[in-house]
Amino acid sequence: MPKRTDLKKVLLIGSGPIVIGQACEFDYSGTQACKALREEGVEVVLVNSNPATIMTDPDFASRTYIEPLTGQTVERILEIERPDALLPTLGGQTALNVAIDLAERGVLERLGVELIGAKLDAILMAEDRSRFGTAMEEIGLRMARSRYVRKLEEGAAALELVGLPAILRPSFTLGGSGGAIANTEAEFREKLEWGLRQSPRSEVLVEESVLGWKEFELEVMRDGADNVVIICSIENLDPMGIHTGDSITVAPAQTLTDKEYQRLRDASVAIIRKVGVDTGGSNIQFAVNPETGEIVVIEMNPRVSRSSALASKATGFPIAKIAAKLALGYTLDEIPNDITRETPASFEPTIDYVVTKIPRFAFEKFPEADARLGIQMKSVGEAMAIGRTFRESLQKGLRSLEVGSYGFEPVELSAEELREVLPELRPDRLWLIAQALRSGLSLEEVHERTQIDPWFLNQIRAIVDAERAIERGDFDLRAAKRDGFSDQRLASLTGVSEAEIRSRRLAEGIRPVFKRVDTCAAEFEAHTPYLYSTYEDECEAAPTERRKVIILGGGPNRIGQGIEFDYCCVHGVMGLTSDGFETLMVNCNPETVSTDYDTSDRLYFEPLTLEDVLEIVERERPVGVIVQFGGQTPLRLSVALEKAGVPILGTSPDAIDRAEDRERFAELLRTLGLLQPDNGTARSAEQALRLAESIGYPVLVRPSYVLGGRAMQIVYTASDLERYMREAVRVSPEHPVLVDRFLPDAVEVDVDAICDGTLAVIGGIMEHIEEAGVHSGDSACSLPPRSLSVSMCGRIREATRALALELGVRGLMNVQFAVVADELYVLEVNPRASRTVPFVSKAIGRPLAQLAARVMAGKSLTELGFVEEIVPEHISVKEAVFPFVKFPGVDTLLGPEMKSTGEVMGIDHAFGHAYAKAQRAAGMDLPTGGAVLVSVRDADKAEVEPAIRTLAELGFEVFATDRTALMLKESGVAAKTVSKVTAGSPHTVDLIRGGAVQLVIVTTDTSEPRAVRDSMAMRRAALEHGIAYFTTAAAAVVVAEAIRALCLEGLEPVALQDLSTGKPPVPETLRG
Amino acid sequence: MSGTAVLVLADGTVYRGRAFGAPSTPASPGAGEVVFHTGMTGYQEILTDPSYAGQIVCMTYPEIGNVGVNPVDEESRGIFLRGFVVRDHVDFPSSWRARESLDAYLRRHGITGIWDVDTRALVRRLRDKGAQNGLIAHGEAALDELRARAAALPSMEGQNLVDAVTCEEPYEWAEGDSWSAGARPDPTYRVVAYDFGVKRNILRLLHDAGFDVTVVPARTSASEVLAMRPDGVFLSNGPGDPAAVPYAAEAVAELVERVPIFGICLGHQILGLGLGGKTEKLRFGHHGANQPAFCTRSKRVMIASENHGFALTAESLASNPEIEITHLNLNDDTVEGLRHRRLPVLSVQYHPEASPGPHDTAYLFSEFRALIGAQRA
Repeated sequence: MPKRTDLKKVLLIGSGPIVIGQACEFDYSGTQACKALREEGVEVVLVNSNPATIMTDPDFASRTYIEPLTGQTVERILEIERPDALLPTLGGQTALNVAIDLAERGVLERLGVELIGAKLDAILMAEDRSRFGTAMEEIGLRMARSRYVRKLEEGAAALELVGLPAILRPSFTLGGSGGAIANTEAEFREKLEWGLRQSPRSEVLVEESVLGWKEFELEVMRDGADNVVIICSIENLDPMGIHTGDSITVAPAQTLTDKEYQRLRDASVAIIRKVGVDTGGSNIQFAVNPETGEIVVIEMNPRVSRSSALASKATGFPIAKIAAKLALGYTLDEIPNDITRETPASFEPTIDYVVTKIPRFAFEKFPEADARLGIQMKSVGEAMAIGRTFRESLQKGLRSLEVGSYGFEPVELSAEELREVLPELRPDRLWLIAQALRSGLSLEEVHERTQIDPWFLNQIRAIVDAERAIERGDFDLRAAKRDGFSDQRLASLTGVSEAEIRSRRLAEGIRPVFKRVDTCAAEFEAHTPYLYSTYEDECEAAPTERRKVIILGGGPNRIGQGIEFDYCCVHGVMGLTSDGFETLMVNCNPETVSTDYDTSDRLYFEPLTLEDVLEIVERERPVGVIVQFGGQTPLRLSVALEKAGVPILGTSPDAIDRAEDRERFAELLRTLGLLQPDNGTARSAEQALRLAESIGYPVLVRPSYVLGGRAMQIVYTASDLERYMREAVRVSPEHPVLVDRFLPDAVEVDVDAICDGTLAVIGGIMEHIEEAGVHSGDSACSLPPRSLSVSMCGRIREATRALALELGVRGLMNVQFAVVADELYVLEVNPRASRTVPFVSKAIGRPLAQLAARVMAGKSLTELGFVEEIVPEHISVKEAVFPFVKFPGVDTLLGPEMKSTGEVMGIDHAFGHAYAKAQRAAGMDLPTGGAVLVSVRDADKAEVEPAIRTLAELGFEVFATDRTALMLKESGVAAKTVSKVTAGSPHTVDLIRGGAVQLVIVTTDTSEPRAVRDSMAMRRAALEHGIAYFTTAAAAVVVAEAIRALCLEGLEPVALQDLSTGKPPVPETLRG
Repeated sequence: MSGTAVLVLADGTVYRGRAFGAPSTPASPGAGEVVFHTGMTGYQEILTDPSYAGQIVCMTYPEIGNVGVNPVDEESRGIFLRGFVVRDHVDFPSSWRARESLDAYLRRHGITGIWDVDTRALVRRLRDKGAQNGLIAHGEAALDELRARAAALPSMEGQNLVDAVTCEEPYEWAEGDSWSAGARPDPTYRVVAYDFGVKRNILRLLHDAGFDVTVVPARTSASEVLAMRPDGVFLSNGPGDPAAVPYAAEAVAELVERVPIFGICLGHQILGLGLGGKTEKLRFGHHGANQPAFCTRSKRVMIASENHGFALTAESLASNPEIEITHLNLNDDTVEGLRHRRLPVLSVQYHPEASPGPHDTAYLFSEFRALIGAQRA
């Protein structure tokens, strides 16, 4: 069936900000879809609120809307653009939900827009568990026994049906949000209540538990001619009970015979046909009883998913790209396989290696959160590793995680303690299992406590056994490398340095070879250099003689280092490609665009450790390596790489050190006559206390060399500082702690700039909305600045340029300033790509990272035509998005420790509108009427008062806690007094739970633990009830401004393409 | 756990690895044509598929032995292949169905294996240079002598391996597929199945499709078969060169006008030869569970299990205008299925019985039955 000719313009919906459960994988799939659709001559209209995505680059679509992903916004865009079709299956659950809304409200029908990929009915059948369950029975399959509960009272009957333990799943949430396991009746009641609140439809599925069963996933594709293929099978090493996103997963399935696998395949084919996904990919999850082989269908995602991204990277089969082409009417046999070129896409990939995915968690950021895993996803990122055996793949996976592990390091727990913790589903369970086997627990015992298939446990046992031999010195180095042992791990096992192992390895000629990922187990020749290392005989790397540059990626996503850096890496590739370089990418994050085999010329899917990178460098011999795009991961390697003789492109490691070393940095600022807050470096707890005393409290303390503000705290008293030094950090001469004067009322400013050594050009100046003390990654910001004076902006520019030139920056640089009254302080300088580069690039319409890469490779800014700062007429606002909803019981208060997982952008002609868009995109739809609840600390009262006055004038009813109410009344704002939670019902939380308020403004004295504790219930209640809430005075002020803007005129979407041409952001004709 | 071993190809290439399975002896090294199979599951079915007689099979998927072996997944009475090559083998099966480990199974059947081999390098060589003979030797060995012996092995072309694997006496088959719950259709028809090396799952699916199956030895004459008054004749899969078993094509030529026929794999090639076609040896054949079989009638693609080193040539079939080519392998356009335009005769090169592999084309067994039904109506 050839391509449909009636689809000329297609609207594609992205997945919005990175949240737990929805990460870069949807940028990967959306970008592939954009490319595939445009390749077919289709005009693409794209909507996504996340500026840190490649897909939202103005070159990837004809019309790009960085706008909130809500039904109403997308409806308006459909009205403006009038596309022929809407493709909703490549933007995760978010896109699907928007599509459902548009279809159910009749918008698509009204505007004559066809839903392609999956029709509404198919989406609803897959999403609605009772319909899906019935459908499964009709095709001879079954789901776990279950019943929907919509009221607390219906719980008992449901529990009777399914028994304990019972699973509770709120309907229509993403990433399994709100899912829970109840082991007792009391727990059941409590979790049911919470689940009903979680579900946008107040509906919870109570389900039979299949805990401990084996879990499998199949990635299925179907075309319009009803051809169905399985792309990949994935086995969860973790049995049922841990969300698949949090599970260690392995491709292909390892513990099924052909007969058993084919039953899952048959079921998958029957399911995609029954649900009626017309074209594209689906992910189907099964549980298999390990004793009988009985199959239970867990769920189906009628769309491209996180697992599809993994399956694409695991097999080399580009699911999203093919899905997009199938949506246009092609059939699988009409689409060529890019990798083999000679064979069609209508086949099932077969692989000749083992792929292991290991999730990465961020519990260190949320110490109060329950760190045990369950059916609700909690991981923030993942690493994937490829090896020729499971052992090699697993050990490469461990070091890919970048959690300081290079293998199965010992865990200091006794056999007895291990017995106790093994059943706990802890994020570090892999190491616990290894330690248990090491400590003499039998495999059977470990199996009993973890339910993990003995095959996997035996493999871990084999590694532990090999370690014993290595420790005795009685081992074959080549055999150890073949089992995936890192040089580092071998070094610690044998008590020598990593360098010694390395030189012994080189002396014995034990080097890895590189094999290709080719979809077909070498049956056909592979034309795409998508490579992984292993220790075997034949190397297929076949490096070229071209001038080439290696770009080191960012590794697994984590808080503080996410998609923004992948965006920069991909832009680096683009820039270097345009200058004629061959580009090589090294990364191990399967969610990313950078690990798409057609992003760079050559892709090495490898851990980002010194050992692994050096082997690639030596095989490829590039003219240089770029370390400044991938965040802290590659930056950490720069000194060692340089020491090993690897040319580092761009800013020199010495300049990086000058910016990062406290003493050298202070010297640099003195030279330039710039100020910084008083500070010092403490190498012991006593020294820290002395320093703080001389600087004066409050002080900001943190360990050196960190990204994302880990373990950063504002400390108000000496006793707090003592506690911090004792509990939060391990201070030592090698690992000092930095102590800075904290500037409480400062306005923080972020600047991104680019410098070629002789010219420094400002990319953008961003003024933070939240005051100092909130991590820059968690703060909203505005570009251009909203309140800074012209002269202050001038001083900021001058300081930035001076710093760049003095440091000799070649490439990107980010500076953080604090402005207090008329004083400008430099907080830090990072001579590398920053988290804000994509946002600035979108705001000013220039690809900063691309320009930077070209500068690093030798071009001057003058040659590139980027010689002066672009100050746009429109306002761009960035807002952070937080994972609090996934961590019950965790406070939502912001601080110096970064906690956000993602960001959104709002663009409009005025600040209020742009801010309102950003809030809406972040899921905080600002109300234009109703009631506001205010409770602010004394210090904020003066600042907040005018904002509340504005809201009152706009018709808001005002509720306030005692002292706040008093203050408001005194200044003439009518406010109803509400009790604080501590004063007993009816109190603020009752008000929120009862739906009586639409907006909550609550600020707290963070130096007062009691105040924080007392106000936390208010913040959690607002979060859990989906009510817009703000926790800083600064935010309250701008929220009032934004609400006023909203009340005066609505929000109108604006396309990036209309901005970059220099036209006014919102054409007159579009304003209602 | 194991000593060294080598795999030596006829072209002199040596792959080093470790020994497993039955020890090779100088008198009986594992020797045969080396082919690779790209399926990720089903090693036990592959081991017991008589079509591999005379061959050494290399699995492209590196972790083999994970689920051990069990009596239900055997495709024949034994193992007919000559050697087994894998990348990694851990003697620790994990499956509720496993009754024995792979290593023990190979030992019990006297099959020599080698593991810890760079199987991907081997596959790339076979892909680029074509399938060739080789042998597996355990322990320290004189490589030159092994090279010479490997080079002296007879070519697969012209080898009759059917006689070695076919049954000695006719027998009735009355067992279905225990994994499918469907009821047998009524009435049942009588089918005589030529055993050129038949896989049990074919017999099971014939049974389930509503056939009463009599299996006969390969050299059963057409008149003997007709004397059984069958409603249909089935031509099974099997090993070796179809041109080397001319008696089979001759019997088919006699049967073709008189009884409905269904052939699979070698049976398909023999049917083609009986209808005047010719076969050729493919460079490295198709051995996998992921092959795109395109049906020229429905324009749909089925994912098929395939295992063949020979194929009917399209040109040779074109000489008989009564033959319609019904299926093509989309990877290289080889003939994968045919039908007689006038007679109730059909065959496919791929394996609708799967085992191992996808069940996409299992409908062909019912289609054969429907063809007979239409004939008799």
